[in-house]
Amino acid sequence: MPAPAARVFSAMADPTRRAIFEHLCRDGEVTVRSLTIRARVSQPAVSKHLRVLKRAQLVRDRRDGRQTHYSARPDGLAPMVDWIGTYSAFWRDRFDRLESLLKEIKS
Amino acid sequence: MTTSAADTRSLVVEREMPHPPEKVWRALTERDLLERWLMKSDFAPVVGKRFTLHAPPMPNWDGAIDCEVRVIEANKRLSYTWNALGLESVVDWTLTPTKGGTLVRMEQSGFRQENHYQGANYGWQNFMGNLGRVLAETT
Repeated sequence: MPAPAARVFSAMADPTRRAIFEHLCRDGEVTVRSLTIRARVSQPAVSKHLRVLKRAQLVRDRRDGRQTHYSARPDGLAPMVDWIGTYSAFWRDRFDRLESLLKEIKS
Repeated sequence: MTTSAADTRSLVVEREMPHPPEKVWRALTERDLLERWLMKSDFAPVVGKRFTLHAPPMPNWDGAIDCEVRVIEANKRLSYTWNALGLESVVDWTLTPTKGGTLVRMEQSGFRQENHYQGANYGWQNFMGNLGRVLAETT
């Protein structure tokens, strides 16, 4: 089950989280520590961002002893992409409705 | 008219309708007519007017689309912002008279105006470019 689109959008609306996600897409699996150094924010802040991303199913984590490794789940973006597709269907339907309305009303 | 989301940032729907532009304009700008084909709203054709379109609520979303009128050119052009579910987009309507009526064109564009995200050091444009790359790599 993918995350709801609203959750994905809200996770990606934050620039720091987008930066973290992009970083994970580029570099594959990394630790919180290495992300903290790049993100220029505190480790608890990075962990919090990662939790939001995880809840939106945009990242996965893997424990290895005391370290947690994070990696991106690009497929987690699907609800966002689907949503744009949904809009296209939405507007076509509204154009149909507009056309029938125009038939009904007098100019 | 729609290309894949990965490589475009706007959506265009276009159709010729056998009605004069003046009539189409009424349907786009009169509140009670607008409700009959688009959504219930408190729209008014005044530049700067903020209004809300009410879509059916969904889980995690109350259905409110926040909008602001940007351009009003009677019978020709109408533009408003369309913000919902984290997307800041713009809807542009263009009416062009044709022999048999009006060419109605709607373009919804988003993910491109970096200044919409104040203080963002990663703009949506950059993000969508990367998204395209990531999706191309994954599939």
